Amino acid sequence: MLTIDRVGGGGLALVALWMLWESRRLPLGSWREPGPAAMPTALALTALTLGVAIVASGAAAARLEAAGWGGAHRALIIVGACVFLALGLERLGYRPTVLVTLLVLVGVVERRGLLPAAVFAVAVAWGSFFLFNTLLRVPLPRGPFGL
Amino acid sequence: MAETLQNLALGFGVALAPGVLLYAFVGCLVGTLVGVLPGVGPLAGISLLLPATFGLDATRAIVLLAGIYYGAMYGGSTTSILMRIPGEAASVMTCIDGYEMARRGRAGAALAIAAVGSFVAGTLSVVALMLLAPPLANFALRLGPPENFALLLLGLLVLAYMSGGSMLKSLAMASLGLMLGMVGIDPMSGYFRFAFGVVELGDGIGVVPLAVGLFGIAEVLVTAGKPTPPLVQQPRLRELLPSREEWRQSVGPIGRGTLLGFLIGIIPGSAHIISSFVSYAVERRLSRRPEEFGRGAVAGVAGPESANNAATSGAFVPMLALGVPSGPIPAVMLAALMVHGVSPGPLLIQQAPALFWGFIASMYVGNLMLLILNLPLVGLFVNVLRVPYGFLYPAIVVFCVLGVYAVNGSMVDVWIAVTMGVLGWLLRMLQFETAPIVLGAILAPLLEMSLRQSLAMSDGHYGIFVTRPLTATLLAVGVLLLLLGLRASIARGLDWRGRLALAEKGDQS
Repeated sequence: MLTIDRVGGGGLALVALWMLWESRRLPLGSWREPGPAAMPTALALTALTLGVAIVASGAAAARLEAAGWGGAHRALIIVGACVFLALGLERLGYRPTVLVTLLVLVGVVERRGLLPAAVFAVAVAWGSFFLFNTLLRVPLPRGPFGL
Repeated sequence: MAETLQNLALGFGVALAPGVLLYAFVGCLVGTLVGVLPGVGPLAGISLLLPATFGLDATRAIVLLAGIYYGAMYGGSTTSILMRIPGEAASVMTCIDGYEMARRGRAGAALAIAAVGSFVAGTLSVVALMLLAPPLANFALRLGPPENFALLLLGLLVLAYMSGGSMLKSLAMASLGLMLGMVGIDPMSGYFRFAFGVVELGDGIGVVPLAVGLFGIAEVLVTAGKPTPPLVQQPRLRELLPSREEWRQSVGPIGRGTLLGFLIGIIPGSAHIISSFVSYAVERRLSRRPEEFGRGAVAGVAGPESANNAATSGAFVPMLALGVPSGPIPAVMLAALMVHGVSPGPLLIQQAPALFWGFIASMYVGNLMLLILNLPLVGLFVNVLRVPYGFLYPAIVVFCVLGVYAVNGSMVDVWIAVTMGVLGWLLRMLQFETAPIVLGAILAPLLEMSLRQSLAMSDGHYGIFVTRPLTATLLAVGVLLLLLGLRASIARGLDWRGRLALAEKGDQS
């Protein structure tokens, strides 16, 4: 039976195994003089032990389905918006990327109406650019359109 | 004592300068908003505003960020009392009796007691911070790498022990954080570790993308699927004054909450959350009418609110005196100071007295500002809660990405934040705490460096960790905590950490 602890512990064990595998490329050093791979190896072994212990003691934990995945659909849309922001920021410029992201999230996903969404998106995109770029002098990307 | 007062006078000279005063006010205002808004905790708030401090000097930057931290503690009570939604995690316990008081028409009194309790606790704990930090810093100057190693390790173990729920899971998250902290150039050999050819990862995974991802983006993802919040209770300004009986009932809990909060704040862990839980439990146990708890007991508001504010000052003691963060929020503030070329630690008080004492004095001023802000302007802050979440969370997402990008102008940081956001969301769904990850990632390079320095000192003999009395004592305490935590995992029934986890879970649902 899949429980939240078994999935979480299993995931940690996999990350630890991957770190152990990657550590083999670095010199381990000696017991008295540890090399750059020594600490990562020790930590990965600790994490592996803890992961296995969590899996072993995880039978009584809540079932994975009961973890409340009802909001996962919306969460994935928000992750998509974050990915778009990351991809578009330097390619399109700060303001167009933020404008499109907010229009989609507020207007399409949240269905708040196109006009309120547009007003909100323009205000946040241009307002935050003015605050950070102009007032606080934190340079933000302008992209090919100079926006 | 005369020297302390002289230094404090120097501090007030710095803190009362118009420029510093302005940033203290902005910090308190933003902090209150951060505390009021569900889903934006003080850690995300501080991380997001970190880039905005780059153009400031170190004193103004730390005053602004500290204002956000303790401002959030004040603001968090507002939503707890009026909506039964904790604005941030430390206000969970206030929800229980604060909201019940509001339902009985005593919303104004509950808000006033929370604000006055926070003010008293905040002010008294700054006095304690002022008296405790300098001698502790002097003592810390005598510590060598083995003691530092033991202290850092103990910090992680205490954090795991003090976290609510399973110690095994907390330790697992700390180990995940430690592994993340291994990314980057090994300072002793110059090897690139786990960077996969990404040059930007040479400096390691930054605190800001890690914290914003795990606490900002992940919080939005967790909250996205939840139902709409309940209606806000409306306090009237003339109801703000508590009755004489309510004042009388709150004096003891405020005093005890202050003491408990400050002491718990010094210990590594999610101190401000734990302190409010412990204070609530103590007040209930000491009360002559424990049956009133859960039905609008004044002590159930005064104690926890005082405790979580006192804990914020307590958390600054190890950060300022030892350079060791006691939790993720002091860790981000530590990183902020380092960005400004200031290294917190035992030498800070000697090398930068104006910054240290200016910061202390600004906390007195900030607490007074918050008292003024939180009582008459409570109606204004409540209006912020009327902004529909459909507008609020997209803006939070944009500010998370903006804040992370602005630190280094690096898209790699943005990708790290997004990845950490997804990881944080998954871990929260699987009921794993994410705070130990941040602390682990920050402490990992320090821990490794002190271990290797210790071995270099002893010519590779591990006996150095047991032959030095302080190192051995610290490690023994760590082992004891580990055994205590694991015993609770094996034994039947719930210990205090299990009950804390249940209480937090209950109030979030």
